[in-house]
Amino acid sequence: MTRRQRQMFVVSGIVIGVSFAAFLALTAFQKNLLYFYTPTQIAAGEAPTGYAFRVGGLVVPGSVKRDPDSLNVHFDVTDGGATVAIAYFGILPDLFREGQGIISVGQLNAAGLFVASEVLAKHDENYMPPEVADSMKKDGHLPIDYKSWKK
Amino acid sequence: MIPELGHIALIMALMMALIQSSFPLAGAAQGIPVWMAVAKPAGRAQFLFLIVAFGCLAFSFASNDFSVLYVAQHSNSSLPLHYRLSAVWGGHEGSMLLWALILGLWTLAVTIFSRGLAADFVARVLGVMGLVSIGILLFILLTSNPFERLASPPADGNDLNPLLQDFGMVVHPPMLYMGYVGLSVAFSFAVAALLGGTLDSAWARWSRPWTLVAWIFLTFGITLGSWWAYYELGWGGWWFWDPVENASFMPWLVATALIHSLSVTEKRGAFKAWTVLLAIFAFSLSLLGTFLVRSGVLTSVHAFATDPGRGLFILMLLAIVIGGSLFLYALRAPTVQDHVRYALVSKENLLLLNNVLLVTAAGSILLGTLYPLILDALGLGKISVGPPYFDAVFAPLMAPVFVLAGIAPMFPWRQASIRKVLARTGKLALGCLITGIGLTAVFWNPRDIATMAALTLAVWLAASALFSLTSRVRLREHWREGLRSQSRSVYGMTAAHLGLAVFLVGVTLSGRYSVEKTVRMAPGETVEIADYRFTFLGVSRVEGPNYVASRGDFEVQAGATAFRLHPEKRSYRVQRNMMTEAAIDPGWSRDLYVALGEPMENGAWSVRLYCKPFIRWIWGGGLVMMAGGMLSVSDRRYRLAAKPDESWQPASSASNVAA
Repeated sequence: MTRRQRQMFVVSGIVIGVSFAAFLALTAFQKNLLYFYTPTQIAAGEAPTGYAFRVGGLVVPGSVKRDPDSLNVHFDVTDGGATVAIAYFGILPDLFREGQGIISVGQLNAAGLFVASEVLAKHDENYMPPEVADSMKKDGHLPIDYKSWKK
Repeated sequence: MIPELGHIALIMALMMALIQSSFPLAGAAQGIPVWMAVAKPAGRAQFLFLIVAFGCLAFSFASNDFSVLYVAQHSNSSLPLHYRLSAVWGGHEGSMLLWALILGLWTLAVTIFSRGLAADFVARVLGVMGLVSIGILLFILLTSNPFERLASPPADGNDLNPLLQDFGMVVHPPMLYMGYVGLSVAFSFAVAALLGGTLDSAWARWSRPWTLVAWIFLTFGITLGSWWAYYELGWGGWWFWDPVENASFMPWLVATALIHSLSVTEKRGAFKAWTVLLAIFAFSLSLLGTFLVRSGVLTSVHAFATDPGRGLFILMLLAIVIGGSLFLYALRAPTVQDHVRYALVSKENLLLLNNVLLVTAAGSILLGTLYPLILDALGLGKISVGPPYFDAVFAPLMAPVFVLAGIAPMFPWRQASIRKVLARTGKLALGCLITGIGLTAVFWNPRDIATMAALTLAVWLAASALFSLTSRVRLREHWREGLRSQSRSVYGMTAAHLGLAVFLVGVTLSGRYSVEKTVRMAPGETVEIADYRFTFLGVSRVEGPNYVASRGDFEVQAGATAFRLHPEKRSYRVQRNMMTEAAIDPGWSRDLYVALGEPMENGAWSVRLYCKPFIRWIWGGGLVMMAGGMLSVSDRRYRLAAKPDESWQPASSASNVAA
């Protein structure tokens, strides 16, 4: 093999490898992208059913109901405009509190209940997830007494 | 008074950095020895001033000076002294100061261990490091001054984030930064070589130990972070593909590629341009990591600074460093030529393949980390990329890396014959396949093909590492002589590859055979998982220095033996944060993990119980890899390269000489 052929061989090998990796990456990407919807968007019917996405907002005070016999929890999340009911099975994060901003991953079922597979709360009481703060600011619903999430 | 002193010291450090970069770089370009000679004393003086600045901040923490804004935000008088001191890097400003201090430390190290290098080369290296330092110090002074005072100081501080009140978190940031910033040395060596036109084997030999040391710290820092996340976050996971974790993992992958590529440049004089590029990428990714963590664009545990001004500053710094160094590379790379020849099938090309795979892996992580940020910045919607993406992309890219890591050491340089290597290793590979399948079938699940494949790879990695070591040893008449005649870097490589095998076993078995139960438990109730019986005996109230806790009492029955586990739910007084403190019974072959959830009615609690097989092997593997790196660094030829003017033999390698 000449030097040139050898170089071409190596280069084409790398190109094939990288395209394979890119293919893997993009396929995995498509399947695993999680979109973010606000409760207002969900109320307007923009969110898909049967497809996982993320929703965020403030936990409505007084809405958290724990099942006495199991680990089922129900609570409402609001962005000021609309609320969405969330059902979760398991242990909520340490910083989950009423009035606190959270983000939840899950699916919307046919009845319009958001069945969460994950609930995330930030480890900082001043904190509001940027997505939540953004959407509330846009709608003009950011509560005045809520400490700015920008430290 | 003390904080102002620190502030002045910081400004003095910036002045020193200016001197350290301007005169030596100009001197090296013009050939003025006196100007070049300024580099070392200026670098040392810069470090001295940074130590003073850091000491002043530490003193403010130790003496509870809440008139300093940063201290008031991150400390409290009831915080124990050791956490008050570690709180120095518990927030944004202080951790950037730590970054600068560590850069100063690396600068000091370069001034000490560079006696064997040409004067103009040292001047350029220190000059480039000075430039980086200027950027960071300006960033601290202009956007995040840790010494800012409060007009009306509060009576007490806001306390340190409870998550950071932990030994792992005390050590993790300095170690990680040692790695991040250490890559700036490799970067400066590369840029200095580009500037001076001295890209050769000698440059690679000098650059290698520095890169290795940085890599060792990075490995240790990441391992520590993962271990901390496991026991402190209360979720039992060890890696979350969190953007901040990715930020530390990408430089690690590229640094790993760099170590391998440097070895080719050193031994064979090939891949010069590629090696330089990797050095630039590795440090750029370190800076990018700093940007991601510090700019507040991320939703993460780590993202405590959310000031757009800061983000913009780091972004500009990033653009200057990456843009500038790539521009220089584009100017100089065409003059860099490899004059060595090697065949298609050769160790050189296998190492190139390993490099391409590692860099592609880093690239795919970069895509998954940055894509959501870019979409958001362009206003195209908010998305996030979850762990399934990373798992799906990463595993197929890493599998060939494991195969290569086993087989490449057995290929000769220059030209190899696949047939010969196959003849030598065919039986070994078959043996590994049988062992992998057999182990899985006997101990786990006879139908689990993924585990079989992964265990086969792990066994293959370990067996081939030992096999290639023994075949090197066999070249000598007696095995003792053979063992002695091997250089430490051979042992280092063997150990690092063994560590990778150990890591892979841990990842596979803990990933596929963990048992998890989230249950409601009333006092007296028993839950069984994986042959262990957990009995909940109730909770009691415990007082800590700055928290109160509900302390659970669990009895675990494992066969004939029984022991107690005490997980806690802590409530920190100042920030009124709840914290889960998991209780773990560690073991070689499994960890038992109990975490308290929330109190329920009648003294019952929601409880998380895990049995995680072989999870300790993950961090064990990281430590073994690190030990391999240390062995390689201690190789004699680097010490000789660093100090050619000294003829003494270090005591530890005296036996080598005697043999």
